[in-house]
Amino acid sequence: MKRLTIQMMTLALLLVLGLASCKKWDIKPEVDVTSETVYSSVTGYKQVLAKVYGSFALTGNAGPDGQGDVQGIDEGTSDFLRLFWKAQVLSTDEAVVGWGDPGIRDFHNMNWTVTNPMLTGLYYRLAYSITLSNEFIRESAPDRLSRRGITGNDAATVATFRAEARFMRAYAYWAAMDLYGSFPFTDENTPLGSTPPPMRTRAQLYAFIEAELKAIEPALANARTNEYGRADKAAAWALLARIYLNAGVYTGTPNFNEAATQARRVIDAGYSLIGDYRHLMLADNNLNTSEFILTLNYDGERTRNWGGTTFLTHASVGGAMNASLSGINGGWGGIRTTRRIPELFPDFTGAADRRAQFFQQNLDINNIAEFGDGFAITKYRNVNRAGVRPANFVNWVDIDFPIFRLAEMHLIYAEAVLRGATTGTSAQALTYMNALRQRAYGNTNGNIGPSQLNLDFIIDERARELYWEGHRRTDLIRFNRFTESTYLWPWKGGVPSGTGVPAFRRLYPIPSSDLTTNPNLVQNPGY
Amino acid sequence: MNFKRLLGALTAVMLFLVTTVFAQDKVVTGKVTSSKDGSPVIGASVTVKGGKGGTATGPDGSFSLRVPATATTLVITSVGYESKEVPVGAGSLDIELKETNAALSEVVVIGYGTQRKKDVTGAAVSITSKDFVKGPIVSPEQLINGKVAGVQITPGGGAPGSRSRILIRGGSSLAASNNPLIVIDGVPVDESDIAGSANPLSLINPNDIESFNVLKDASAAAIYGSRASNGVIIITTKKGKSGKPQFSFSTQLAASVVANKVDVMSADDFRSFVRQNGNANQIALLGNANTDWQDEIYRTAIMTDNNLSVSGSLKSLNMPYRISLGYLNQDGVLKTDNLQRTTLAVNLSPSFLNNHLKVNLNLKGAMTNTRFANQGAIGSAVAFDPTQPVLSGNNRFGGYREWLLGNQPNQLSTRNPVGLLMLRDDRSEVMRSIGNIQFDYKFHFLPELRANLNLGYDLARGKGTIFVPDSAAQDYQRGGVNNQYNRNNTNTVTDFYLNYTKNLRGIKSKIDLTAGYSFQHFRVQQDTFPDLRANGTPVAFAGRLIEPGQNSLMSYWARLIYTFNEKYILTATVRQDGSTRFGLKGDPARWGTFPSLAAAWRISEEDFLKNSKVVNDLKLRAAYGVNGNQAIFGSFPFLPIYAISNATAQYQFGNQFFQMFRPGAYDPNIKWEELRSWNVGLDFSLYDNRISGSVEYFFKQNVDLLNTIPIPAGTNFSNQLTTNVGQLDTRGFEFTLNTVPVKTKNVVWDLGFNLTFLGNEIKQLTRFTDPNFLGVQFGGVAGGTGNTALINTVGFRPNTFFVHRQVYDRNGRAIENMFEDRNRDGIINERDRYRFRSAEPDAIVGITSNVSWGKWSAGFVMRGLIGNYMFNNVAASRSTSFTVFDPNGFLTNALYNIRNTGFTTNNVEQLLSDYWIENASFLRMDNINLAYNAGKVGKNMNLRITANVQNAFIITKYSGIDPEIAGGIDNNLYPRPRMFVLGVNLDF
Repeated sequence: MKRLTIQMMTLALLLVLGLASCKKWDIKPEVDVTSETVYSSVTGYKQVLAKVYGSFALTGNAGPDGQGDVQGIDEGTSDFLRLFWKAQVLSTDEAVVGWGDPGIRDFHNMNWTVTNPMLTGLYYRLAYSITLSNEFIRESAPDRLSRRGITGNDAATVATFRAEARFMRAYAYWAAMDLYGSFPFTDENTPLGSTPPPMRTRAQLYAFIEAELKAIEPALANARTNEYGRADKAAAWALLARIYLNAGVYTGTPNFNEAATQARRVIDAGYSLIGDYRHLMLADNNLNTSEFILTLNYDGERTRNWGGTTFLTHASVGGAMNASLSGINGGWGGIRTTRRIPELFPDFTGAADRRAQFFQQNLDINNIAEFGDGFAITKYRNVNRAGVRPANFVNWVDIDFPIFRLAEMHLIYAEAVLRGATTGTSAQALTYMNALRQRAYGNTNGNIGPSQLNLDFIIDERARELYWEGHRRTDLIRFNRFTESTYLWPWKGGVPSGTGVPAFRRLYPIPSSDLTTNPNLVQNPGY
Repeated sequence: MNFKRLLGALTAVMLFLVTTVFAQDKVVTGKVTSSKDGSPVIGASVTVKGGKGGTATGPDGSFSLRVPATATTLVITSVGYESKEVPVGAGSLDIELKETNAALSEVVVIGYGTQRKKDVTGAAVSITSKDFVKGPIVSPEQLINGKVAGVQITPGGGAPGSRSRILIRGGSSLAASNNPLIVIDGVPVDESDIAGSANPLSLINPNDIESFNVLKDASAAAIYGSRASNGVIIITTKKGKSGKPQFSFSTQLAASVVANKVDVMSADDFRSFVRQNGNANQIALLGNANTDWQDEIYRTAIMTDNNLSVSGSLKSLNMPYRISLGYLNQDGVLKTDNLQRTTLAVNLSPSFLNNHLKVNLNLKGAMTNTRFANQGAIGSAVAFDPTQPVLSGNNRFGGYREWLLGNQPNQLSTRNPVGLLMLRDDRSEVMRSIGNIQFDYKFHFLPELRANLNLGYDLARGKGTIFVPDSAAQDYQRGGVNNQYNRNNTNTVTDFYLNYTKNLRGIKSKIDLTAGYSFQHFRVQQDTFPDLRANGTPVAFAGRLIEPGQNSLMSYWARLIYTFNEKYILTATVRQDGSTRFGLKGDPARWGTFPSLAAAWRISEEDFLKNSKVVNDLKLRAAYGVNGNQAIFGSFPFLPIYAISNATAQYQFGNQFFQMFRPGAYDPNIKWEELRSWNVGLDFSLYDNRISGSVEYFFKQNVDLLNTIPIPAGTNFSNQLTTNVGQLDTRGFEFTLNTVPVKTKNVVWDLGFNLTFLGNEIKQLTRFTDPNFLGVQFGGVAGGTGNTALINTVGFRPNTFFVHRQVYDRNGRAIENMFEDRNRDGIINERDRYRFRSAEPDAIVGITSNVSWGKWSAGFVMRGLIGNYMFNNVAASRSTSFTVFDPNGFLTNALYNIRNTGFTTNNVEQLLSDYWIENASFLRMDNINLAYNAGKVGKNMNLRITANVQNAFIITKYSGIDPEIAGGIDNNLYPRPRMFVLGVNLDF
């Protein structure tokens, strides 16, 4: 009897435990969700779209860091803007950096290699944003929407989102095409998995980007009608203008006519230059909607990371500078400029041309590591137009970064005309240039006449207007000044007086880590 | 599992207690002594053979036991002695117990059962309490450090209760965990972090531990299949003993001092260095004080460890019990560091139904209150300008001297080390409880068959608070810190097995068959809290909920031990494991099958050796087995999951901020990591067991190694993925030798020695063999952002350094920024780095000695590593005048080594030079102990006095403060203190 009871007890216990086990054997995520939940509402779609845009502004899913998107690189340096800026600016006369981060000095020395961690990080960042966009485009296809019961206005809203995801993908492919030339190609039809994707050449990417931008144009919101931070038709025209301006570099066949046309479409869409150049890169620059076409948005409280404008503001402050003037507590003492840039201005103080925003130190750079060597730049300041820092400032800045703004369109138009575009006029080009000059000088003292409007003026004016905004490498390549020994700057090629480097350095290399995992890739010549 | 229901069931079982009253006819008395030196054997168990009841010997070795008139034989047993049966006679019995020197009769716990050591076929080692490292051990794993061949235990640093890295036979994984499975009283414990506790194991009181059993090869560990690839450590706690209540009290008092400081310049030398090498602005920064910052942050730290236990048996319930209480209070040598631990352990082991049902209940609870010192002070004390005073003379920043920029602390400068310590209040409170109840039922109708049910849990509740005032320089910009955190770990286990043991004398065979089922569930849950300033206003609002970490393991297993003629032993094990980490319910990928086979030949039982005077025991054994590993990050690596971003990673559209949904990378094909291992061993015992030991050769092959590798861009939501791609081979020899060089009536000297040779090599790292694949770089070093010094490459050992080759001048002086251009392309860049040495040792050595001489005994434990190298990051960062004259307007101290290097730059190539890689082989005198047994004091009270020195000295060529650092990068280690200890034990 007792024996039986014991055995019964044991059995009962086992049964109870067995049932408990069953539940614990079938575990599923409790907080995180799967795609079916995410894509069940327009809000869900919008939160994924926020990630598509956010993957250009932030480093991951936790601010300022902690859940990075891109692996194998320090998360704080893994955002798009910080890496893109280094690749586009640090490799030129616009900037030097004193830090010892792995690979960072290779940019200005122009001796980067296939394992450079920053170029590798940037490559993977672009591929990551493309993969995210692909997923969104796939999940927002009309048949999926109807299957999920998203119809009518909601479906139309998601269709606009979808066009924007395609735009951001085109923008990422543009950066990849400009930096690396060829790139592994994936789109919404590429299944996820480890099958290595095929490579597309620079010309093939160009054709894809051009076709995409034209295809999505009807689906994008009209110019200046979308929410701040989201792409509209003008953003597509602006990117078209940019690729047409550089078509000769990308494909061997220039297309200046279209460059002028697209730039003009943007200019005519109702934009205007803001009054004071020095208000462009401030904490409240979200007010600059008349000039900004598309921005990467940052917020000191809610959109935090160690790259982006937080990097640009902090890294450019050091030495004897007063950090509070830049609206921060202390700089990181890293980036300055070579004498080439200040010397483009009539004076260093900005008394004549307000675009000259320098903190004057040693004009010459004897020691790259010494922050006091080379002028510092005070363009990015985390204060509002009244000079006041955001109240809740901790470490991260509020400055948004315009990836397209109106002034660039003025410059594209003028350059295209100078290079032979028949879709624009010299008179109009001169007007556009003098609009920039008048804002810079606050009067007509800086205006130029028709005889001064030439390509040398354009490349210098681009530097004066757009320095430290991520254009310089592309511009110097287009003007045959990037690798050539005909145009030098201090420490170009790692030599104090500057030296030319082989022409293959107009393209960055495909990182070796991807070459070894994707047999379809072909390294750029020279590496 | 539902514990209320479980307790109900337990109560029901109790109701069936048989309370038999038995006749008490006569009283037997006697005294038990050791045959070695005649000293009393305390706590030996005295029972009636085939009967009930029993007692334990007192402090003088004597006992008194009522036995039935029918009793004829007494059985006397004690750990460390051979058991003895004596006839019940008239008058007092004098019983001598023979010490089991070679411990042949010792039992090894092999998982779901035990086995006599002489029958063991795999590589399994048992260490019992009498062989533990002596002294105030805070964390259990230190009890066996240096004692077991092939086991490398690297303490995390000198902080109280810091976490050790335990490697058995060199570890076997790159991306998955290398921690062995630790099973405490049948509960495989949760190895994940406990919030507020540096070391989850430190929540077990070492004084409650009876034995460690280390299962080193696949065969021995096979029964734990899924988690055994890094070996298994089975910890058994002390049980109650039959007899009258016996009390034991011990107290230890220790003083810790810092043994070794970083060799930075004195204030005067620093002043003259700055005056010689600095410019006017830099010289102007110098102060007039003479501060040794390391002296300012360290102190002589006091620790007390007190334990009281009572053990005995409740006769009416036939229930032995043991209850123990412990209280530890340890200061760290770093000011403000403190750990207080209170532990309670209860063991009840009653038997019912004529000993057919044995119940074993263990409940262990621990509470720790920790104050964590700000360990940033260690690096700051090395770097802070020694000419500056500790206090500024005004009351800003808590009164501490800080580097300023304008009127604010310079954000990039070194912080005042004392300010870092004193102005940060970081406290935690952790509760952990591990418990199990085990029912072992021997079937009435078939006594050869046993059913065993074990229900266990491991719970931890950790929480903590951090407060930094808004005036403190360390968090000045954000306005101080006022934060909290918590984390709850819950782990439950159910095991059930049937065991059938039968002697088939007709065919000279014995079979021992076990088959079972096991289920374990882990869950870790954390709350989110806002990030607050000292005044309680948020820097960041509380983020989203955190996905709880959880996983379950289900297993079916069987083991057969077949013994023929007491000479040939065969062990076969098969285990089928399922893990929720490898697929949803019903997915066959969840399951892995792990078999093993082992055989042993007891040569000494053969006729030609049976009567040998020299050979007491000789056994040859061989084993092969397959284990698995599934300890990877994340609960659902196979599932596409959308994670929502936190409150400080939102994206703005218009005037609205959106938390972002991010799809995560996943590998739908992820599966078990497999470890194949071979082991051949020879156990011997010679000359009356005065020389014993073993020699082992092992070979481990880890295939389908889980590794994080780059994947083709564009194919997943990450550029790296943890997947099954690699292979790692490890081979080695282990020698264990235990000798008794002196053995007289009064003096016994035990000398033990163990040595392990280890070699491992990465065989594969990527899916496709690619000669151009550089390897996986890791091992972040201080200096710049994102620099790494280590690499895993095919054809090399794991943890190989990846550095530039320094060029030296004719006098052997390193030429700054001059390195070998290895690819001869005229440029020095990362392509010129080469693979140089490894952080892994070639050999591990342990030496133990103990001399007992009458009432005195003295011993030591030494251990060391040979052939391991270290990246001296402290020297690399502090040997260039570039860092002395920080470009951001402050000074930092440097090592005296700067006079040798003369370095002036901070180039990344110089940071990553082989110049900083040093031989970190060492031999450490871990423990010296002395004990005096004063014998009887007062009535029935035995007194023992002990003295210890821990970390007495270290022999090494390494120039940093300590060559023993897990991971191979020395960057401001919390110095391991030298500890002087006095202790008193009272048994009554």
